[in-house]
Amino acid sequence: MLQVDISDALSERDKVKFTVHTKSTLPNFKQNEFSVVRQHEEFIWLHDSFVENEEYAGYIIPPAPPRPDFDASREKLQKLGEGEGSMTKEEFTKMKQELEAEYLAIFKKTVAMHEVFLCRVAAHPVLRKDLNFHVFLEYNQDLSVRGKNKKEKLEDFFKNVVKSADGVLVAGVKDVDDFFEHEKTFLLEYHNRVKDASAKSDRMIRSHKNAADDINRIASSLYTLGTQDSTDLCKFFLKVSELFEKTRKIEARIAADEDLKLADLLKYYLRESQAAKDLLYRRSRALVDYENANKALDKARAKNRDVLQAETSQQLCCHKFEKISESAKQELIDFKTRRVAAFRKNLVELAELELKHAKGNLQLLQGCLGILKGNT
Amino acid sequence: MATSSERSPPPFPDSEDQDVLDAEEVRGRDSDEDEDLFGSTVCTGGVDLAVSAATKSDDFVDILGSETGAQRGEVVKADVTVEATIDRSEVTAGVTDPLSQQEAKQTSTTPVIDLSGDSQPVTSKIADPLVDLFSDAPPAAEAKKPSSANIDLFDDEEGSDIFAEPLQTKPAKQPQKSLFGEPDEDKSVTTKVTAGGPLQDSKPADIFSQAAASTPSVTSTVNPKTNGVHSEEDGDIFAEATVELSLDSPRNERKKEATAKPSAPAPTSLPAAASLAKPQPPALEEVSSDLNPDKDFRGHLMMYVLFFSGDGMNAYMAYKVSTQTTLPMFRNKTFTVRRRFSDFLGLYEKLSEKHGPNGFIVPPPPEKSLLGMTKVKVGKEDSSSTDFVERRRGALERYLQRVVNHPSLLQDPDVREFLEREELPRAVSTQALSGAGFLKMINKATDAVSKMTIKMNESDVWFEEKLQEVESADQQFRKLHALVESLVVHRKELSLNTASFAKSAAMLGSAEDNTALSRALSQLAEVEDKMEQLHQEQAASDTFTFAEMIADYIRLLVGFFPHRKCEFCDLQGSFDHRMKAWQRWQDAQSMLQKKRETEAKLLWANKPDKLQLAKEEIAEWEAKVTQYERDFERVSATVRKEVIRFEREKTKNCKRQVITYLECLLQSQQQLIKYWEAFLPEAKAIA
Repeated sequence: MLQVDISDALSERDKVKFTVHTKSTLPNFKQNEFSVVRQHEEFIWLHDSFVENEEYAGYIIPPAPPRPDFDASREKLQKLGEGEGSMTKEEFTKMKQELEAEYLAIFKKTVAMHEVFLCRVAAHPVLRKDLNFHVFLEYNQDLSVRGKNKKEKLEDFFKNVVKSADGVLVAGVKDVDDFFEHEKTFLLEYHNRVKDASAKSDRMIRSHKNAADDINRIASSLYTLGTQDSTDLCKFFLKVSELFEKTRKIEARIAADEDLKLADLLKYYLRESQAAKDLLYRRSRALVDYENANKALDKARAKNRDVLQAETSQQLCCHKFEKISESAKQELIDFKTRRVAAFRKNLVELAELELKHAKGNLQLLQGCLGILKGNT
Repeated sequence: MATSSERSPPPFPDSEDQDVLDAEEVRGRDSDEDEDLFGSTVCTGGVDLAVSAATKSDDFVDILGSETGAQRGEVVKADVTVEATIDRSEVTAGVTDPLSQQEAKQTSTTPVIDLSGDSQPVTSKIADPLVDLFSDAPPAAEAKKPSSANIDLFDDEEGSDIFAEPLQTKPAKQPQKSLFGEPDEDKSVTTKVTAGGPLQDSKPADIFSQAAASTPSVTSTVNPKTNGVHSEEDGDIFAEATVELSLDSPRNERKKEATAKPSAPAPTSLPAAASLAKPQPPALEEVSSDLNPDKDFRGHLMMYVLFFSGDGMNAYMAYKVSTQTTLPMFRNKTFTVRRRFSDFLGLYEKLSEKHGPNGFIVPPPPEKSLLGMTKVKVGKEDSSSTDFVERRRGALERYLQRVVNHPSLLQDPDVREFLEREELPRAVSTQALSGAGFLKMINKATDAVSKMTIKMNESDVWFEEKLQEVESADQQFRKLHALVESLVVHRKELSLNTASFAKSAAMLGSAEDNTALSRALSQLAEVEDKMEQLHQEQAASDTFTFAEMIADYIRLLVGFFPHRKCEFCDLQGSFDHRMKAWQRWQDAQSMLQKKRETEAKLLWANKPDKLQLAKEEIAEWEAKVTQYERDFERVSATVRKEVIRFEREKTKNCKRQVITYLECLLQSQQQLIKYWEAFLPEAKAIA
């Protein structure tokens, strides 16, 4: 049994410290329950160690969590501080609360994404036994991983270029297996679609948030109008302002929930489908290697030179390819099951939340209209 | 139209109310809808009477001194005029059907001539003084010298004020005192009567004519004089009163107490008189129909502005203005005319020229937008241009609605002409780059400069407060408008983004190889598609109900301060008109002061020949000072009234608009719930 969660997180200036809490009955851990403090870079290190491990070539490597991005939120907070003089006190506190809420939301999201990564690894039948993973979970000192330096980054970049060029070459190879052929076309299409949908949903949600912000500002503006004196109309405005204040909260919640249930889901599957694509690439690569080895063997046999060497490499490639194919098939089936389950869960939750919020809104509007009409 | 229904009825004064109530009992036909309306109108009469009754003893004495005796009679007369009209209107009301003139004549005749043997006790009661009036008025009129039109006009206006605006009891009372205090009081009464005279001549159908007929001599003597005397303003003032008539009485007529009518139509004859005085052919028509309301009289104007445009680059937008009315002042019940945007501006120019100086708030039309128009002309199918067109159409419609809702403006012949006449003379001055426009710009600039230099020490706290209120409201509304506009922008963005997400979701659904999930995703896409529609509708509602309402108010508020630079429009504001009037008064005063000094000097220098001249000048300036002061007070009163009217309208409109807006929101939420509810089982069906 291995249970991993992030029990706590701390934001310090430009980095976030996650407290990774583990409960386990596995014998290679010294204790049953322990916690360590980890940073984002260490998560990346773990992920990269999976990717680089040849042993795991046949698995979908759980996608690394995205880098925590508080810059925008921080910047806004800073701007707010600068603009303090130009606002009324009410507006200021309102804005501040809003930004703080936004910051908190991003924070939570970041934590959740890191947690998802660990959970995926912990749930994976092979990866959970990884030594690096265990070290990551247990070693209570700083892992002293460093971020990649410029040279390494450049190397990575070239690797990626080569890989994608290679990917194009490899993709042209006709697969012998129908299952993989189908999966390949599917994933290629799917990945693009998910990418598109994710970007669009992000934009949709952003504009939803903007609209909610506008409603908020309208509410406070109406409030100012309403407090000017105590005429009938002012009372009316106050009432409407109150309503808007509430509806904007709901609108903001809707946006946040859509973000959580829809955009994050799509984003996760964007990365996961990328990981699956990578798996297929590795398999195709292995296939190409295998075919090349076959050709080399044929050549060697024809020339009757280095036959043994060619045979060994051919067998190696064959073995590698078969191993990848075998685990990849299961991985891809698992991926599909996981995907369907996740979409089901999130879409149901999304629909329920949308309904809840819409009903809340409806009730508010009805109540308010009742009052307003009663007054006129 | 239901303006009067919102007025808080002042405490019911004594006798007159009794009468009124009696009448109410007598005529048992009513509907509750008009109850309050009725109530307020009753008060109008009531207040009026109460004031006159009270004034007889105290106020009058101060003002008139020796003239008290004569005045007394006149007061009664003034009183009676109201009554008389009441009477008349009752008759009108009584004659429900496409009034056979015979009937009308009979009914009216009976009360006027017969004092007792009438079927309607109230009428007879009222008729009593009416007779008095007519017998008294002529001598009074003859005795009086024709006074300046100005004063006359002033009186009339205040008198009608009282009818029109019962809300403000105090300010209303004040002017009335002066009304009665004026030596010309009976003159004004006579004028009214005279109005009946020519009326009768031209329209034998007129009921009032019966009454007038009893004093033919008066009519003939005063008539020419009056005609000359009546100024444009006069007409307006009368119109102001008539408003009540056209807005209230229609309702009354149909469903309501006969009693409500008495006070409301009281001024009926006045506009008739006014319009008669001016050579306005339609006026006659108005009068006649006014007094002959037909059965379907619903008393309000409905207006649709439909848009269609010409062809080519020279195309202009023409608007179809359809009016549906049961107001008898129009020839038909429904009519449609084609108007250009400049016609709307022209109407505004005319109205503001006429009514602005009196302190009326003339509703401003939407501003000219060369950019928007060019866009419409060039990029035909652009969404922003259709938006622009719809915005402008809506703004124009609301503008017209506001004009016809304004009691006095509705009575303006130009308004009627605008709504009714097939061909309107082209408004030249409104063209953006015409010479006239240029001149106007210069005028406005100089105006603005002079306004900035005028430092008016505001003695009236009410005005000061209002001014501040309006100013801060203006700011707030501007801010709100910007916010709502930004909401609209974001909502449109949201709609667009939702649409593109819907597409992506549909594509994702088609790419998905799990059947149930694929289905669910395409369902989601459909839901998002509908959401897009909702957002779009919401954005439209944001724009057309919410933002435009605010924009309208900004335009209106700007009406108070035309000198302020503003992107919405530049117009003559009522507060500024008041300021101008004040300035004139002050100038006259200082002039008088100078003259007096000169006189003193002359006296000291002992130059009797020049002294006489100086004295004359002083007298002249004294008259001017009083006149200007009165002008100022009149404008002040009008502004005050207008501001109150404006606020009332604003409140009502705002509430209505906001409620409509919220209802729209409510509907979209209901739709939303429907969509998601339909989606939920789909999501659950994913296996």
